[in-house]
Formats: sequence, C-alpha cells, structure tokens
Amino acid sequence: MAHDAHGPSDLAHHFDSYEQQKESATLGMWTFLVTEILFFGGLFAAYSLYRSLYPEAFRAASHSLDIRLGAFNTAVLIGSSLTMALAVRGGQTGKPKTTFTMLLGTLLLGSTFLAVKAVEYADKFTHHHVPGPSFHFEGPDAPHAQLFFSLYFGMTGLHALHMVIGAAILAFMLRPALRGAWTPRNHNFLEGFGLYWHFVDLVWIFLFPLLYLIGRHH
Amino acid sequence: MTTSPNPVPAEFPRTHYLNAAYGLKSWLWTRDHKRIALLYLVSVSVFFALGGLMAVLIRMELATPEGDFFQPDVYNRLFTMHGILMIFFFLIPGIPAVLGNFLIPLMIGAKDLAFPRINLLSWYLYTIGGAFTLWALLHGGVDTGWTFYTPLSTNYVNTSVLTVGVGIFIAGFSSILTGLNFIVTIHRMRAPGLTWFRLPLFVWGHYATSIIQILGTPVVAIAILMVAAERMLHIGFFDPKLGGDPVLFQHLFWFYSHPAVYIMILPAMGVISELVAAFSRKPIFGYKFVAFASIGIAVLGFLVWGHHMFVAGQSIYAGVVFSVLSMLVAVPSAVKVFNWTATLYKGSISWDTPMLYALGFIGLFTIGGLTGVMLATLGIDAHVHDTYFIIAHFHYIMVGGAIMGYLGGLHYWWPKITGRLYPVFWSKLSALVIFIGFNVTFFPQFILGYLGMPRRYHTYPPEFQVLNVMSSAGATILGIGYLMPLIYFVWSMRYGPRATANPWNATGLEWQTTSPPPVENFTYPPVVTAPPYTYEAQPAAGKEARLGA
Repeated sequence: MAHDAHGPSDLAHHFDSYEQQKESATLGMWTFLVTEILFFGGLFAAYSLYRSLYPEAFRAASHSLDIRLGAFNTAVLIGSSLTMALAVRGGQTGKPKTTFTMLLGTLLLGSTFLAVKAVEYADKFTHHHVPGPSFHFEGPDAPHAQLFFSLYFGMTGLHALHMVIGAAILAFMLRPALRGAWTPRNHNFLEGFGLYWHFVDLVWIFLFPLLYLIGRHH
Repeated sequence: MTTSPNPVPAEFPRTHYLNAAYGLKSWLWTRDHKRIALLYLVSVSVFFALGGLMAVLIRMELATPEGDFFQPDVYNRLFTMHGILMIFFFLIPGIPAVLGNFLIPLMIGAKDLAFPRINLLSWYLYTIGGAFTLWALLHGGVDTGWTFYTPLSTNYVNTSVLTVGVGIFIAGFSSILTGLNFIVTIHRMRAPGLTWFRLPLFVWGHYATSIIQILGTPVVAIAILMVAAERMLHIGFFDPKLGGDPVLFQHLFWFYSHPAVYIMILPAMGVISELVAAFSRKPIFGYKFVAFASIGIAVLGFLVWGHHMFVAGQSIYAGVVFSVLSMLVAVPSAVKVFNWTATLYKGSISWDTPMLYALGFIGLFTIGGLTGVMLATLGIDAHVHDTYFIIAHFHYIMVGGAIMGYLGGLHYWWPKITGRLYPVFWSKLSALVIFIGFNVTFFPQFILGYLGMPRRYHTYPPEFQVLNVMSSAGATILGIGYLMPLIYFVWSMRYGPRATANPWNATGLEWQTTSPPPVENFTYPPVVTAPPYTYEAQPAAGKEARLGA
C-alpha cells in the first residue's frame, strides 16, 4: 500500500508530509481490511444460517475434526502475530536485523500452519469427507454434514489462501528488511503488512471455535 | 471568487497534463489521475456501446409479437449480457472512475489521489475483468440473467458462467480499490481550509458511493466464489441436493446488488447538485441535508435488499420489514429532489446544455423513485414482479437518472477535461433528443408491465404490440441521441474552440486552475476560505467569458 514511498525519495510527490503519507497508508490498509471482513462475512453468514438450521449434523461433522491439530495451529498463529508485531517494532526503532529475524520467524510459523493444514486436508481426503460425488459420512444427517464440510473447506480454504499470499509477500520482504528499507521515518509498508497478518490471524481465532469447538463436549 | 486567495491562472496553458508526455506508454503507464480517468472514459464507452448494441437487438426482436430474429436461447443471452455489460462495466465504474477520478483531487485541491499506482491497478483490473467478459461473449455469453440465480447458474445452464463470473469478480476488485482510494483521498488529502462542510456535494456523493463499494462488493465477490465452487468442485452451498438453500444465494447477491444501484445513482446525484447550483446562480438549498442524504441513502441502502425477494419464499415478516425500510429510502431521495427544486426557486436559471441534462435527471429520477415506492409495497410488487414495470422503473433510475447525470457531468466538465468547447446547438439538441427518446422507450413499458407483460421473453401476445412498437421506436431516437455527443465530443477535441479556465463562471477549486489542468493540478497550493457555491458574488458567464474573447 505504501509502495509509493519507494524510489529516490521516500516521500511520494503528491504528499505534503511524511505524516500525511503515513496516515493515508494506515487508513488505506484499515479500509482494505474492512473489505476483507465483508469478504469472509458471506461465508460466516452461510455458516450461521446452516448451523442454526442443522445443529445435529454440524455437531456430528465437527467431531471428525482433529481438535489437537486445530489448537496447535491456533498457538502457532498467535505466535506468528507476536513475531510480526516485533518485526514492525524493529522497523519503528530502526533495527533492520530484528525486523529480518522476526519476519523470518513469521514466515516459518506461517508455513508451519499451512503444513499442518495440509495434513488435516489429507486426512479429510482419506476419510471421504471432501464434498462431492465420493463423499461419505457415517452419521444421522449425511447431506447436511456434507454442507458442514463445504463450509469447512470454503472458510479454511479462503483463510489458507490469505496465508499463502501473506507468506509470499513475507518472502519478498526479507531482503529489503535486511537492507534496512524500513526506517523510523517510513515503515508504512511493513506496518500495513503487519495489519494484514494480524487480520488473517484474527479470522482463524473465529474459525477455530466455530468449526472445531462448538458442541464438542458430550 | 473575488475573495479567493488563489492566483487566477493564465488562460490557455502551453503545457498541461495532455501534452506533458506523448506515446502509448505515457498513457498505459501513467499514475496521473486525470489520464487514468481518460483511460476509463474510453473503456467505459466501449462497454456502453456494446451493451447498447444488445439493447438495440432486443428492441428489434420485440417490435413484433413473434420471434423474428433470435431463438429463445439467443435472446436469453442477449438480455443477460446487456445487463452484465451495462451494470458491471458501464454504470458502476461510469461516473466514479471517469468524473470522480478526474475531479476529486481537483475539487479538494490535491495533487493526485492518495494511491496513484493503485488507481492505475484498478483500471487494469477493470480491463482484465472486461476482457474475460468479452471472451465469454465471443464464446456464446451467459443466459442466466444478470442475477446468476442458483441452481440455474450452478447446475443447469451450459454457458460461460464461470468466465463471466471471473470477469465480474476481477472488475469488483477494481471497484473496491477505486472506493478505497476515494475514501483515503477525501479524508487525508484536502487542501488547507477545506473542511468537510465546505466540500462540494459531488465529493460527498462519491464518499457515500465509496462506502458502498467497500462494504458491498466483497459480499458479491464471495457469492461468485461460492457459485464457482459449487459449479466446478461440487462444494455445495446453495444446491438443495447438497443440503443447501438457493435463497441464500439471493440474499448474498442482493446484499451487494441492491446497494450497487446506489453506487450507480449517488455519483449522478452529486453531479446534479453541482449543476443545479451553478446554473441557478445560487448556493444549494440545505447543503447539509443534501450531504447527509447521500450518507443516509448509502446506509439505508444496505437494509432493503429483501425487497427483491418478496415472492422468493422469504418469510412474510421479513417481507414487511424490508417493505418499510425500502420506503424509508424515499426520504433522503426526496430530500435531494426537494432541495434541488428549492435551489431552482428564484434562481437566475440559464439553459446551458449541462442544465438541460440536470433538469431531465430531476424529472426522470422522480418518476423512477416514485415507482420504486410502489414496488416496495408488498401487494403491488406481487402483481408486477418480473414484469416490464420493473424494467421501466429500473431504467428510469439507471438511464433517466445515472446516464443523464453522467452526460450532464461530461458536458459540464468537458471544457476542463479537454480545454475545448463543444457546439452549443448540437449539445442542446442531444439533451432534448435523449429526453424524448428515453420517455418514448420506457414509459410504455410501465403500462405493458402493469398489464402483465413478463420480462425476459422474446415473444408476447399480439395485444401488446402497439406499446412495444412505441418502445422500439423510442429506442431508435434514444440511440441517435447517444450518438450525437459521441460525434461532437470527438470533433471538439480537435476543432472545438478553446475554453477558458472557468467557462461557466462556477465556484469550486477545479475551476481555479487552467483548462486543461497542469500535471500537478495547481501551480500554487490552493487554499479555501469560503463555503462552496458562493454564487451570489459571482456573475453568470456570458458567451464572451466562455471563449475568453
């Protein structure tokens, strides 16, 4: 978002001051995140509707998810939010090495999350829990259990896509981080990306209880 | 403004944004909001022409009760692609991406939008989305209606649903980025002294529009993804066989697509506020009411989507609530119409071309709005649902409203954009021809719909022929009306007389720089010391002022 800052001068020609540039970048990122919330919102609305219509089927289907892997991934993502925050701090205080290390840590934790997610997806394929012609589920209400898995793949898939995009951007940020591209005066891109990363983390904080935890104890 | 602290610009600048650089690359790689606006102007016009061509074919087919030219499935594709091209690729980007893009930085005294690269990116996204849609068009198009209702779109049709879906998805992100850019620009880039209540109402209208683009568009984007997942991967969300509910799709679709109507009309209302004040030589009546009416429409617009689903199996209680809320939208809309009318009252009105379009807008929008209140009534809606009454209502808002506003705005700011004037006689004639052609086309459709002629059929009972022939004849007049500005605008770019910096003697920062403006918009950083529309102090422009003679 604040890419305009790059070039010979890190104040873009159409801004009057660094303050104006920073405020614009921050407001732009928050506005984008509002859009993202509504983007996920469609799936959350579908989930709420179907969960309230078919609670039994959803409970049964939810039981087939591995709560330990989900909890592990939750911890991993919260950890990555910490490293991301520290990376931004490194930019604010002008410590390129801290920024680099913390971004690398964020990238590794994000990749761990995606690897665990891949294991979970593979498990769904082996148990024929993937919606489609070969779907099979032992339970009271298989068609609506299939709906649960559609939502499971839709919501976690869209979330994972955001993780992949985030990880790709992170990989491209490592070299500039080491070069000291983000200074206390202008670290708008770093901070904007940090907001994005925390947002993706926060989506998972909602997904985990909705998909894994509700109706668990019986 | 006589009290303006900003220096008066020299007439006829030697270098400006149009001749600052030459070559294709200087256009396709530009970050200048004014050039990007012109890129949009060209691409938006192409899609308008294509969508219009389909309207011509539809009206040709409907000139007689029998099927003459097209098989039913071809006709289905025609009206579907007409709707998709006109809504997603002309009306939604139309005023914001062309006029808004060009004018918002000028009106608020900024050098550019907050994110110039993202502005260019949004044009590329629009173009790529459009390319997908055109590619699908060449492969037969889509026949689901522009609404893509499930399970028709996911299970039954065998047309390019996915390709067009991808096209709309991508164009949607272009729309989101434009809205984002406007919001940040209006918040952060205003000139010193330009407080919120000194903003031109054009900017308020675009601010309200941007809110809808930010909040609504992502919802239709996810709905398209869900349709794609269901169609391609059998990951069901809407298909009853897979446990889903097709009405959920309608909820998600209309959650965006109803507010999208306000994306199309709010910028036009912003244009009309500028025109009515400038050509009545009066400050706008009740400025704050008009400004907040825009925000009110944007907010209420999100609470009325259910009125598209009165007969779709929605609960009767939901129907009642949506009916009442839909009628509430009439309040801020009426506030605007009354305030424009009150601005006209005892104003010294001049009948310049932009004003003719603006007056046309007010009349046609009022008819469109009042029939909208009729449609919000549950009983009437059940009677005229899916008939030509809906088509007529919708086109009174979209063509009579949005396109009249777009053309009025183009005529008003054309001297600023190009530095040239267009012929007075032909432009006034075009406003008249379009107004007459429009009414002859669409008023009979109100009657047809009320008599029960359903939409989306290529044949109809013979007793409806007279009104249909009227409608087709009107469409011919309307088409000629649209061709006229195309010809004289293009002509004026080369042969039109040069325009002065402020040919209408209007207020507003955009008129305080040269026509066309320099690359950086203003040679001096502008300062604002007065509220907008201080027309008492400003005499109307004579012909001499316009030509700078």
